[in-house]
Amino acid sequence: MLNDFVIRFANVNGTGSASANDMFAKAIFRMGIPVSPKNIFPSNIQGLPTWYEVRVSEKGYLGRREGIDIMVSVNPQSMPKDIANVKSGGYFIYDSTKELYKDFIRDDIHYLGIPMMQMCMDKFADPRQRQLLKNMIYVGALSALLDIEIEVLQGIIQQKFKGKEKLVTANYEAMEMGRQYAQEHFTCPFPEHRVARRDLVNDWIMMDGNSACGLGAVYAGATVLSWYPITPSTSLADAFGKYAKKYRIDPETGQNNFAIVQAEDELAAIGMVIGANWNGARSFTATSGPGVSLMSEFLGLAYFAEIPTVLVDVQRGGPSTGMPTRTQQSDLLIAAYASHGDTKQVLLFPSTPAECFSMMGEAFDLAERLQTPVLVMTDLDLGMNENMSPPLKWDQSKPYDRGKVFNAEQLEQMTERFGRYLDVDGDGIPYRTIPGTHPTKGSFFTRGTSRDEYAVYTEEGPAYVRNMDRLVKKWETAKQYVPGPELYQREKQSAFGMLFFGTTTYAANEARDLLTEQGITLDCMRVKAFPFSQEVQQFIDNHQRVFIVEQNRDAQFKSLIVNELAINPAKLTSILNYDGFPITADVIRQKIYEQLVGKLKPPFAEHEPGEPSESEVSE
Amino acid sequence: MTFVRPVFRHPESPKNALGYTKKFYEGALSTLCAGCGHDSVSGAIIQACFEMAVEPHKVAKLSGIGCSSKTPTYFLANSHGFNSVHGRMPSVATGAYLANRDLMYIGVSGDGDSASIGMGQFVHAIRRNLNITYIIMNNGCYGLTKGQDSATADFGSINKSGAANLYQAIDMVGLALELGATFVARSFSGDKDQLIPLIKAGMSHPGFALIDVVSPCVTFNNNVGSTKSYDYTREHIEATAAVDFVPIMEEITTEYAEGDTVAVQLHDGSTIHLNKLAPDFNPRDRHSAVSKLYQAKASGEILTGLIYIEPETRDLHSLLNTTSLPLNTLEKEVLCPGQQVLDNINASLR
Ligand SMILES: Cc1ncc(C[n+]2csc(CCOP(=O)(O)OP(=O)(O)O)c2C)c(N)n1
Ligand code: SF4
Ligand SMILES: [Mg+2]
Repeated sequence: MLNDFVIRFANVNGTGSASANDMFAKAIFRMGIPVSPKNIFPSNIQGLPTWYEVRVSEKGYLGRREGIDIMVSVNPQSMPKDIANVKSGGYFIYDSTKELYKDFIRDDIHYLGIPMMQMCMDKFADPRQRQLLKNMIYVGALSALLDIEIEVLQGIIQQKFKGKEKLVTANYEAMEMGRQYAQEHFTCPFPEHRVARRDLVNDWIMMDGNSACGLGAVYAGATVLSWYPITPSTSLADAFGKYAKKYRIDPETGQNNFAIVQAEDELAAIGMVIGANWNGARSFTATSGPGVSLMSEFLGLAYFAEIPTVLVDVQRGGPSTGMPTRTQQSDLLIAAYASHGDTKQVLLFPSTPAECFSMMGEAFDLAERLQTPVLVMTDLDLGMNENMSPPLKWDQSKPYDRGKVFNAEQLEQMTERFGRYLDVDGDGIPYRTIPGTHPTKGSFFTRGTSRDEYAVYTEEGPAYVRNMDRLVKKWETAKQYVPGPELYQREKQSAFGMLFFGTTTYAANEARDLLTEQGITLDCMRVKAFPFSQEVQQFIDNHQRVFIVEQNRDAQFKSLIVNELAINPAKLTSILNYDGFPITADVIRQKIYEQLVGKLKPPFAEHEPGEPSESEVSE
Repeated sequence: MTFVRPVFRHPESPKNALGYTKKFYEGALSTLCAGCGHDSVSGAIIQACFEMAVEPHKVAKLSGIGCSSKTPTYFLANSHGFNSVHGRMPSVATGAYLANRDLMYIGVSGDGDSASIGMGQFVHAIRRNLNITYIIMNNGCYGLTKGQDSATADFGSINKSGAANLYQAIDMVGLALELGATFVARSFSGDKDQLIPLIKAGMSHPGFALIDVVSPCVTFNNNVGSTKSYDYTREHIEATAAVDFVPIMEEITTEYAEGDTVAVQLHDGSTIHLNKLAPDFNPRDRHSAVSKLYQAKASGEILTGLIYIEPETRDLHSLLNTTSLPLNTLEKEVLCPGQQVLDNINASLR
């Protein structure tokens, strides 16, 4: 349909296809049409199949959708599967330098062969260029087939290779070759699957969540990053480094107003973060599930000793090494209760790059206000894809909230004894001091062992209990500070509610529309933080039945709800997806419909996994 | 409890350059066993800081977990302390140092803390040349968990239950030398004359300063047959040299016999004088240090003293080219790129 289709590119990892594919998606975005590209990549550096899937949606649905209308295949390795995955009536565009096996022919789809490799061989001499520009040939062909404005593509190329005129020319040439070939050999554009300029993306941007988090940390005043490489969080640390080098180098001295250490492991990474925050700098780490497991002991220390700590968990498929390059929301429980003993950790759930950016600011403010770890729970889908997002917003007038910290003057004036863990204000949050502040006042001993209000070691039961109870009080206080949920309707419209968070939001919103079309109205709420605020409790109380949509096997979010709120679990129904692909609206619609009405007659599109299962894993 | 401190103090107890008495450098009363070597090391730290006239609140003391790691409570009450988790003090100290390069960092660890569970962090702190005085109170056992052999227990050393250790010992000094540590020393808790100047020199050293201190555990590893007992250590100690530390502001008052002395000038202008050196030993030459260490080991001696020093060295901040201001003092105006930059970034992403 016009401005409504899914196109998938089947490439080989490490052949430069990513850049061409990005240009393709960007061009559609610049034509004012909502677009949502997703990388489906193997845990491999070079040689294995990788896919890039772009959903074009006039209605602005950014979640993944099943069913591939157009497949662009430049990877013979995955060809049989790729052909099988095309929707009936769809198109299969392939490199016809080599003839297609007869066995691969389906009679219900269209085949469009373009001798991409041959054209490159004839045109370009350099082998690496041949490989890279092959990708531009199909971009050119698609511009004709899908009616993408060529000037827009040219603009993107110019921007990308600014100052490298030779590259601009070569890319233009390759694109033009593909475009001409398509025009000469096929009916262009496609009758139904094509694009037409719109004005639907407003002032939105395209950005990956990891870059947004990295930039957010720069804006939030983080000065120390310690991290250990792990997919899918590595690019977050890289982004912080990139932006810090741009905006945080002292123009006069050339010295860095930041420090980045690639730690020896995640234990050391979080240890450094805790040490730096203890010493008054804003510091954070970025990791994924396996890293969070390793960081547990330290997270308990930061919780118990009350040290601000910021951690971004870009979740991937677990458990263990799991599916390192697939997405999930399956670290909720380990994050919420990270570490042994009675612990509860503050979590934030961004769902767009704009929120990744702003929530980094909130995370640091909360961590320092509450003197506790704050874990920003993103995922691979959000972190590693160029998501369409509202623009990044920053309230420049708002000072950093450094929380309750006594400075030298306050200590100087203090007549009573300083009590690091005294609940002075009755909100459970004590005052802290930063090392080096005052010669004789305010020093204390930070420890993970039990202590009294004055930070003195104690094994007295009552003192221990007082402290543990104060931490609960602080947890209650936290509920007022964490971002509240988003409601999608002004007032109650239905007896049924749907709760979701993070990247599930895209598909959930679409599912809600689809269900409305089928006569089922749902009230929706998006949760942005743990601990849950009173509104979450009310939302559940106010509905007869609530669907909780999440991307893990064990309904972890529901467990948190049941565990933390006073509600009847029988009211809650889980809608789950955990195959590593972003959840789709169809899955949600189907499952909710089945629950409320019964089995649907024409079944929805079956899930068609498109990745090889035998891939060599090396992460 | 080792010491019951005398309540009475002489009103005219000596004061240091800052006008502080030694009491100002003390901490809470120790709860370690009477006679524990660790208490003597705490005493040496107090004495060194007093004599060096450091501002206690400009010191941060960090430790892991163990009897040894408890000691920061027992010295420098006016310093912030951090008793972190077992084996992970190096990372916490690294973060703290990154946040504020202006404080002086004293790390205290045990042999279990540094040579087993925390070996990885110990190694990497050296690799990064963290600016810290890193004291290992080395008793060859896990004191706090009741005396199990540690990784520094010598092969064949007999523990309290009479069993001989089956495994080779990890020598933290040899390891640190191998890793490129820029200040490597060993001492004995019972030898204050040597330990105090070494701590002072370590504190003056602008990089990772390891002081491995044999510090006997009287309760679990002071028996006959243990190679970390008081008696054994006293009998087998071999000093590279007697150490004298002369801070920058002090005149040299001691007379040094010519030929017997090597003076090493430290980065901050202070000097270490090493007397009675073995003729074949040069503490500024890593080869010489390593071979001396092996020689001593071969002859069953425990080599002590300043074993290696590289006075001019680039520490972590210098390697990272961080601003000379402590990072924790930078304000929002410096840290936040602001609205205009954000507008441009947004525009570039359309
Ligand atoms: C993760 C973890 N494992 C085990 C322990 C138990 N533990 C406490 S102290 C210690 C050994 C301490 O030995 P060492 O560092 O040599 O200190 P010492 O008591 O001998 O001075 C152990 C194993 C712990 N606290 N944390
Ligand atoms: S158990 Fe050993 S190391 Fe621990 S305090 Fe007693 S003597 Fe010292
Ligand atoms: Mg020990």
